[in-house]
Amino acid sequence: MSARWRLVLGLMLVVASMAPLLPLGLWSVARGWYFPQILPATWTLEPWARALSPRSDIPEAFVTTTAIALAAAALSLVLGIPAGRALGLYRFRGKALVELALLAPVIVPGIAVGLGIHGVFLRLGLTNSALGVVLVHLVPTLPYVVFVMSGVFANYDAAAEAQARSLGARPLQVLWHVMLPAIAPGVAVAGLFAFLVSWSQYILTLTIGGGRVVTLPLLLYAQAGAGRNDQAGVLAVLSLAPGLVILALVARRITGRGVMIGGAG
Amino acid sequence: MAGSATSAIEVIGRGHPWLSLAPALCVIAVLFGGGLVLGLAGSLGMGRGGVSLDAWIAVLSEGRVWRSLGLSLWIAFASTALACLIGLGAALLLRRRFPGQGLARLLFQINLTIPHAVGALGILWLLSQSGFVSRLSAGAGLIDGPAGFPALTQDRFAIGIIAHYVWKEVPFIGLILLANMQSLGDDPESAARSLGASPFAAMRLVLLPLLMPALIRAGAIVFAFSFGAWEVPVLLGQSAPVALPVLAWQRFTDPDLATRPEAMAIAMLIALVAALLIRVAMVRR
Repeated sequence: MSARWRLVLGLMLVVASMAPLLPLGLWSVARGWYFPQILPATWTLEPWARALSPRSDIPEAFVTTTAIALAAAALSLVLGIPAGRALGLYRFRGKALVELALLAPVIVPGIAVGLGIHGVFLRLGLTNSALGVVLVHLVPTLPYVVFVMSGVFANYDAAAEAQARSLGARPLQVLWHVMLPAIAPGVAVAGLFAFLVSWSQYILTLTIGGGRVVTLPLLLYAQAGAGRNDQAGVLAVLSLAPGLVILALVARRITGRGVMIGGAG
Repeated sequence: MAGSATSAIEVIGRGHPWLSLAPALCVIAVLFGGGLVLGLAGSLGMGRGGVSLDAWIAVLSEGRVWRSLGLSLWIAFASTALACLIGLGAALLLRRRFPGQGLARLLFQINLTIPHAVGALGILWLLSQSGFVSRLSAGAGLIDGPAGFPALTQDRFAIGIIAHYVWKEVPFIGLILLANMQSLGDDPESAARSLGASPFAAMRLVLLPLLMPALIRAGAIVFAFSFGAWEVPVLLGQSAPVALPVLAWQRFTDPDLATRPEAMAIAMLIALVAALLIRVAMVRR
């Protein structure tokens, strides 16, 4: 295929990828954009002013979503880095079974387990709370972090730890000065994408949060359902923002393996 | 990589990987395992005194459930097939150099980071009868009004839902295949070419079989997701029949609490399809 054909097809691919984002962005700066107007008749920042005003519930939802995603990502890293290390560095009996147990939450749809988890959390008093939502977000985020870190540790040279030990370093010193610098880029990627996975959750948040924990995706559907398209447009643009920032930060580091686990959701 | 040069004592954590795995596995066991067990128990009416198959019998003998199952399977099959096909094409396109290739690759990745709820709303505003494409058609004089534009969202064939999944998952499939192509290198195909194979034959007979394992695993993930996601069909689907996850949610939130066991039974059906997928596509044989 000639370079020109590749350019044309590549352009088509990019246009198709971007097309659904266009009306979202346009609605966030439009007033009364009716059929058959192709572009809004009146361009205005009013939707943004209204969305950010004290009477709007969007700022609070933004803070809630961010806090939940930060907590879910941090918890996933704390639990997931040791597990990833074990899977990446060592061969042991039952390893395939462990990998299967961690893969299952990635494949099984949220609603299939969410309704049952609601029963678990009801008994623990965790429903309708942000803490419960953070915990339920671990179901998709934790396996993701474990698999990314397992890939990182598979390429990690543990012999350096042995050398540091033989030179007199204590185990914690080894972890801090030898392991952490080596895995830091992988930890960053795992953490950022765990944040994104939590940030994007809908049905698990709704099931456990019971509508009391209001995150951006929930508000997005509420506003779109109420016909307030301009506010939904603002919410859509706000929801896109962290993903774009994170992609810009790590674009070069995205590998097939990382994509494999986190991408579909 | 813990090679033979390093002794058991010197590398931290060696010899007891289960200790490092335990916290993560416990969390998954309680949340995921607990969710499945309680879902199953709920579907059997446990916690309401005794065990009964009433909910399962009701669900499995209800035409609406089977129509929803059929719709969800259609959505998943069509989305997966199209996403795999176009994703393969995109990967073949993006692996060779052309002007703007770097930018195209970057833009290609953007969809991966977009929440499904956002993408689904974008598809609705793009493809609905008063949406952006419809307005462009009206501007070009192809249609007179919204009614003249074909129903592509909330339609019988779930075109809007499938369009969303294809849009979202083509980059997912494409990037996985690109990563695999990079690690395979050009050698297998070059060897076939030097033995006289045409470029197409080298792709079909050499490259494609090498990519197949990755494509099957990625396709299984797409299938499971497009089968079981809720936020996409709830926005882009018609009101009857609804996709199976939407039906489960309707029963779960029904004011009549008696329908809860049915909701759990439908949730278990969804989990069962996912389990079959794992068995077929994911377990190493």
